[in-house]
Amino acid sequence: MTKMTMVQAINLALRQEMANDDRVVLLGEDIGRDGGVFRVTEGLIDTFGTERVLDTPLAESAIAGMAVGMAIYGLRPVCEIQFSGFAYHCFHQLENHAARLRWRSQGRLSVPMVLRAPYGGGVRALEHHSESREAYWAHTPGLKMVIPSGPRSARALMVAAIRDPDPVIFYEAKGLYRAFREEVPDEEETIPIGRSRIVREGRDLTMIAYGAMIRPALEAAEELRATDGVEAEVIDLLTISPLDDTLMLQSVTRTGRAVVIHEAPRSFGPGAEITTRLMEGAFYYLEAPIARVTGYDLIIPYFSREKWFIPNVRRIVDAARRTLVS
Amino acid sequence: MPRSDIAVTDSLEYLSILDEHGNLDRELEPQLSAEQLLDLYRAMVRGRRFDERLLDLQRQGRIGTFPPIKGQEASQMGAVFTLRPSDWFVPAFRETAAEIWRGRSLESIILYFNGFNEGGLSPEGRKDLPIAIPVGSQVLHAVGLAWAARYRRTDEIAMVFFGDGATSQGDFHEGLNFAAVYQVPAVFVCQNNQWAISVPVSRQTQTPTLAQKAHAYGMPGIQVDGNDVLAVYVAAAEAAERARNGGGPTLIECVTYRLMMHTTADDPKRYRSDEEVDQWRQRDPLPRFAAYLQQKGTATEQQLAEMETRVLEEIQTAVESAEKRMEELGDPLDMFDHLYAELPPHLEAQKSALAGEIAALGKEVDND
Repeated sequence: MTKMTMVQAINLALRQEMANDDRVVLLGEDIGRDGGVFRVTEGLIDTFGTERVLDTPLAESAIAGMAVGMAIYGLRPVCEIQFSGFAYHCFHQLENHAARLRWRSQGRLSVPMVLRAPYGGGVRALEHHSESREAYWAHTPGLKMVIPSGPRSARALMVAAIRDPDPVIFYEAKGLYRAFREEVPDEEETIPIGRSRIVREGRDLTMIAYGAMIRPALEAAEELRATDGVEAEVIDLLTISPLDDTLMLQSVTRTGRAVVIHEAPRSFGPGAEITTRLMEGAFYYLEAPIARVTGYDLIIPYFSREKWFIPNVRRIVDAARRTLVS
Repeated sequence: MPRSDIAVTDSLEYLSILDEHGNLDRELEPQLSAEQLLDLYRAMVRGRRFDERLLDLQRQGRIGTFPPIKGQEASQMGAVFTLRPSDWFVPAFRETAAEIWRGRSLESIILYFNGFNEGGLSPEGRKDLPIAIPVGSQVLHAVGLAWAARYRRTDEIAMVFFGDGATSQGDFHEGLNFAAVYQVPAVFVCQNNQWAISVPVSRQTQTPTLAQKAHAYGMPGIQVDGNDVLAVYVAAAEAAERARNGGGPTLIECVTYRLMMHTTADDPKRYRSDEEVDQWRQRDPLPRFAAYLQQKGTATEQQLAEMETRVLEEIQTAVESAEKRMEELGDPLDMFDHLYAELPPHLEAQKSALAGEIAALGKEVDND
């Protein structure tokens, strides 16, 4: 066990997978000599050389499209898109090809690639550097969409993503990159893609969140315990698509109350799907309307106003109390 | 010294070996065996006759929309003929003759154009990609394949096809740029058939050729008479050889013509004249090549006619077997196959819902 940041944990996952498997190659902008703008790939070029850590020309669509070809060949390319706000160039290659080539070829070809991108607010960045648009990818049949919530889950999910036989979009909350350290085992650890987990047990209320929203959800749960004597269960989705609804349905069947939290805009966001799954699977157990605490249906404002956009502990506590009164 | 000349590559070759009047440049003529020449001719005739049959089937409502290749047989066959079975073939969607040459069955093409996913199966053991419909998007896949082929220390190359319209797409420019930066073993074959649906090549680009775009990326480019199968073959063989020997990528522009509609849903009379089409009919790649084979003594007119008869029989057999196969296919639940390596739980649930709907109907399912 070593205490490390999420940046170090993802670096560890990449390093170990590259050492284990020469099919794993990295490509992206500034990921080689510079180690990536967030330093996630730091030092990998020294160990694995320029043949396996490619500083690409500046073209996101080409990074994704070239990775599709590499993956068809049988390699395991891991792309870094510098910020998820620039990943829309890749959308065409991912939606039209990465997600479909297994299907189009009747299973003869596959595209086992990973596309990593930092997402979300919290680092006082410029426009295009703070969005949470996971719903775009989650809406595409054929892709998997994964968002870890801290160093240990990031390491374990990255290993799983690289080994996954299908294309995985891997969003990294940039606000979590260096926010805290966590014990990460030195030996191999994976978390299966498509599996959520309970990060706090509780009998009165279910909070469903992922990524950067897990920490405010846990803080809100502590506050509710301290001030209201309410025990909230917190579910960390880890994978957005395919969405694992087993734990959330079991939990809500017990608690009868749910709050869904994400940083992404509200309308047509992941919360819409999560809420519907709860309605379909646990309607008769619900004691109150399901609450959503989300970003507004806006472009995330520049950072001077960002804190008013991103869900916080107060909003989560307020939403929880609303579901508890009815 | 504010202004001075920068030396840049600007010379560009045009290659023609056998013109539409039957003139042959013997110095440039490739040394192909009689067997190779007849293979090439047979593949071109098969492409042409199959295309005509598909059009009949489409007009009779027996298949759906498809993009005819008529007029482009030389530009695709001359190029793909230079590939080894171990190489990667990355088509756009108007390379039917080349796909068949690589081993795709006529039956699978009929299935595909009649709306059956099963027709998308590429030939077993071949490293061929299925057709790519979003224009130009496949160019990048060839770059990745070629990069991986070199990473694996093989001598494989990747050859990718696209049209004149694709050269306006970002993926084309990004693909050529990446290919040149990484010096990957790729051959880019542009079938410039003059029209991207209704927009002529003169409205796609301000440059007089498409081949010259190679120079902007630091790779060789060449323009060839795309209706001269010998010229296309020579240019492609040079490019393939260069790629295989570590010399990097090449862009080949085959100047050809789409004699038919963009797809069967298109009416070319809306945007081009019959006179223009007639002029290009004079440059048809097939009669030119047939005359060459006869002059050379490779085959008699009679032998070529017999070859054509056998091709027509082959097509007839394929149509019959495809129609029989289609009667057996069509289980709607198959639509859930092959999206992911393993079907996730939410799709299991959706699949059983459809199975339930089908069971409730209680009769044979009608896909119409």
